[in-house]
Amino acid sequence: MTTLAPPQIRASEKQSNRRQQTLWTIGLCAFFLAAIILSTWVIGDAGLSPVLTQRNQPPSLAHAFGTDWLGRDMLTRSLHGMSLSLRVGLLAATVSALIATLLGLAAGTLGGWVDAVICWIIDVCFSLPHLVLLILVAFAVGGGTRGVIIAVALTHWPSLARVVRAEVLQVNSSDYVQLSHRLGRSPAWIARHHMVPHVIPQLLVGLILLFPHAILHEAALSFIGIGISPHLPAIGIILAESMRHLSTGYWWLGVMPGLLLLLSVKAFDWLGENLRALLDPRTSQG
Amino acid sequence: MLIGKELWFRYAAQMPWVVQDQTISVAPGEVVGLMAPSGFGKTTLAKLLAGYLIPTKGQVSVDGQPLPRRRYCPVQLVFQNPELSVNPRWRIDQILREGYPPQMHQLDALGIHEGWLTRYPHELSGGELQRIAIARTLNSQTRYLIADEMTAMLDANTQALIWRAVLDYTRSHQIGVLVVSHDWPLVRRLCDRILDLATMHHSTLVSQ
Repeated sequence: MTTLAPPQIRASEKQSNRRQQTLWTIGLCAFFLAAIILSTWVIGDAGLSPVLTQRNQPPSLAHAFGTDWLGRDMLTRSLHGMSLSLRVGLLAATVSALIATLLGLAAGTLGGWVDAVICWIIDVCFSLPHLVLLILVAFAVGGGTRGVIIAVALTHWPSLARVVRAEVLQVNSSDYVQLSHRLGRSPAWIARHHMVPHVIPQLLVGLILLFPHAILHEAALSFIGIGISPHLPAIGIILAESMRHLSTGYWWLGVMPGLLLLLSVKAFDWLGENLRALLDPRTSQG
Repeated sequence: MLIGKELWFRYAAQMPWVVQDQTISVAPGEVVGLMAPSGFGKTTLAKLLAGYLIPTKGQVSVDGQPLPRRRYCPVQLVFQNPELSVNPRWRIDQILREGYPPQMHQLDALGIHEGWLTRYPHELSGGELQRIAIARTLNSQTRYLIADEMTAMLDANTQALIWRAVLDYTRSHQIGVLVVSHDWPLVRRLCDRILDLATMHHSTLVSQ
């Protein structure tokens, strides 16, 4: 018995730690992303101006990400680029989530021909290759930062709209909502107390998982040259520029900003996953 | 008196009739059994009587009044599957307080422990959850209770315990009960009178 006791204690400790672990992950990811967005105000524009005496320097203590062919500090440029990308992604993903909520709620609650029309639009958007649609919309509205935001916002809502619609339909037809009507609750009360707790977590997680898509597509559009204008240090432009210097051995120009992009996207992913685990009663206490 | 008069129901104009010309009545304090094989429209009839569905023809009235569409319905239905009739994101005490909150001694009579109240539905077993679903309907506003296979998924001991608590309450508060089931021994044990949908196409009453 005495030999069995310690593992039991350890098991219970481990269990109580999982919730804390989730909270810590959420906190760290949020802190990391906020730090990147706010970093441009802290470090300023000093590193963006060319210093020709310090060209093409590999990563060192003075320049953690190295310098480029004009002697600009790559860490400063990458942070500026990532901050811009995150803000563009944030805006585009929020607009996308709003469109998705409105259409999903309308389709789920109104039903009939409204539902049919919205489902048809969703199907049309799904049937087109995503990147082609993205390029078309960005090109049609004139490119630039505005073009990227509009294109990303207009092309990312269908999957989330479908999730919201399904959730609303499922909750609406469930026994407990029917029962709530019979218990004398008003449609508004039911929407507030039965619908919102189901839709909000989906929406929050959907919004957060939209970020990586939005950022990657923003980077992709900038990379092929119809996105953010070349004089701005966006992450896609930095990566596109680095392509020309890869063959000459300046690996840090591509690898370091690429790692930063990867880490930021993964941070959003972890944030979304852990938030989902925390918001669902089935996993929130485990 | 809960009266469903000449009830007809189908889901759409071209669909076959699910309920055809059924007339059914339950008096206050009376326990009526409703029996039929599967697929005879027992659940549909129960849903018509509790206002979940609106009859295509005919009407349901409680003490001379039609069923209210907005207010608390005096006819309450307890579903067969309690997992589906509670919101999985609500805690038990919130579920119990959705209608008119039941009294503490009611919860004791049904064997509901206080420790359950702070839990989520998935942390209770089916039998425990069914007691919650029943307790939710036992309040002063409920005049008629429709039990649609209410204890079909419970063991005999739990069935007896739950039915004793429910019938004690309904007898003392003059609540009419409609027991929808195909468990003949159970229905014969509980009910004052039994209706059999298979044979009562013209409202024949099969007496005990």
